[in-house]
Amino acid sequence: MSVSRPRVLPLLSAWLLATLLASPALAAESRSRILATSAATTLEGSAGGGIVPMAVLPGYGAREEQGGSAFVSYVHLPDYDLAVAGVNWSWRNRVAISLAEQRLSHQPLSERLDVEPTSIRQTVAEAKVRLAGDLIYTDWPQVSVGVQYKKNHDFFVPQAAGAQDDSGYDLYLSATRLILAGLFERNLLLNANIRYTKANQVGLVGFGGDLNDSHEWVGELSAGLFLNQHWLIGAEYRQKPDNLSFIPESDWYTAFVAWFPSKRWSLVGAYVDLGEVATFDNQRGAYVSLQGSF
Amino acid sequence: MKRLTQGVVAVLALGLVACTSLPGGEDSLYQRLGGEAGIEGIVYELLVEIANDERIVERFRELNIARFQQGLETYLCSVTGGPCQYTGDSMRIVHSGHNFTDSEFNALVENLITAMNRRDVDTGTQNRLLAILARDYKDVVYL
Repeated sequence: MSVSRPRVLPLLSAWLLATLLASPALAAESRSRILATSAATTLEGSAGGGIVPMAVLPGYGAREEQGGSAFVSYVHLPDYDLAVAGVNWSWRNRVAISLAEQRLSHQPLSERLDVEPTSIRQTVAEAKVRLAGDLIYTDWPQVSVGVQYKKNHDFFVPQAAGAQDDSGYDLYLSATRLILAGLFERNLLLNANIRYTKANQVGLVGFGGDLNDSHEWVGELSAGLFLNQHWLIGAEYRQKPDNLSFIPESDWYTAFVAWFPSKRWSLVGAYVDLGEVATFDNQRGAYVSLQGSF
Repeated sequence: MKRLTQGVVAVLALGLVACTSLPGGEDSLYQRLGGEAGIEGIVYELLVEIANDERIVERFRELNIARFQQGLETYLCSVTGGPCQYTGDSMRIVHSGHNFTDSEFNALVENLITAMNRRDVDTGTQNRLLAILARDYKDVVYL
């Protein structure tokens, strides 16, 4: 029986976004990094795309500044819905912290398993450090390391599926480069990560399993092309562990369009293919994410 | 794992295409910027942007603006394949001792983009100029 906890983070994100909407003049516009270099925010609260983080830090603060953002995201799939809200903050384009709360609704799974809970909530806290390089201005990529601590708050269903732990951590190393006029005179964004993880479905189905209960390295890639200063199209790939014999786990893919009308706002829409998710195959659907920077 | 390999190949292929399509192309960037008049217009708009930008305007108070304006025009002309020879001090010498910051460099780039937008410079031309100027980062900041 899951106990209802006060949902502080979604409220905080909503309040921040509303404040951003209402304020006439805004700090984000006086921060110095170039439009869209804040990136969007992933489902785990990290600066990046939709499912794959990047080496960039959130907000628009350059190396003498700070900044951050708040976001809400929603994924609609045939048999699942995922809602995420969170905040992040970066200091001197060197370190960043983020917090995200995820809520997975899984009514069809509950019916299939004949269990009562119909949703799983998870909190993800992340710290990211830029180790070297600049996204644009150095000859080598910007390289960052991130660590994510994840706590699954509704472990009943994950445990029934064979997950070993209700919390865990991911470690990842990310390299990102924006090549100006890189392709067809458009700015080309390239990103590659390696991640050390034992999370099942990013932790929503717990950590570790009967097939494998130790961390392993997985790869993540994303690439995008800026059509102009405001529009980015691209795709992502995220390799996943496969720890549970009861529910095979697929790698994830997205194809996205991101719109950065100003430093204050960004909106991302994506087609997502999450493959087989906890006994339901062909989980292809839509992703939308709204981000406000401050 | 097979799909990961495909992904890696795709990204590498993108990188390869990217390297072969770098600036240095057919029509000179100088012409696409509108030649002498085009560059003068961009530099003028840039100065207007700087004058209204409290993040960096103080840095320009001590400068001889007319000299800066002319030096920048010549520099842009020379790096974009125009008929000019920039004979001033190197970027590193010009900027050393001022300890210009990463924030200030970014602010200047942002102002340049705004200036080019004001002058209706198309995206591809903007990107090619920025790609050239971005290389100067190491000769501008924290010196």
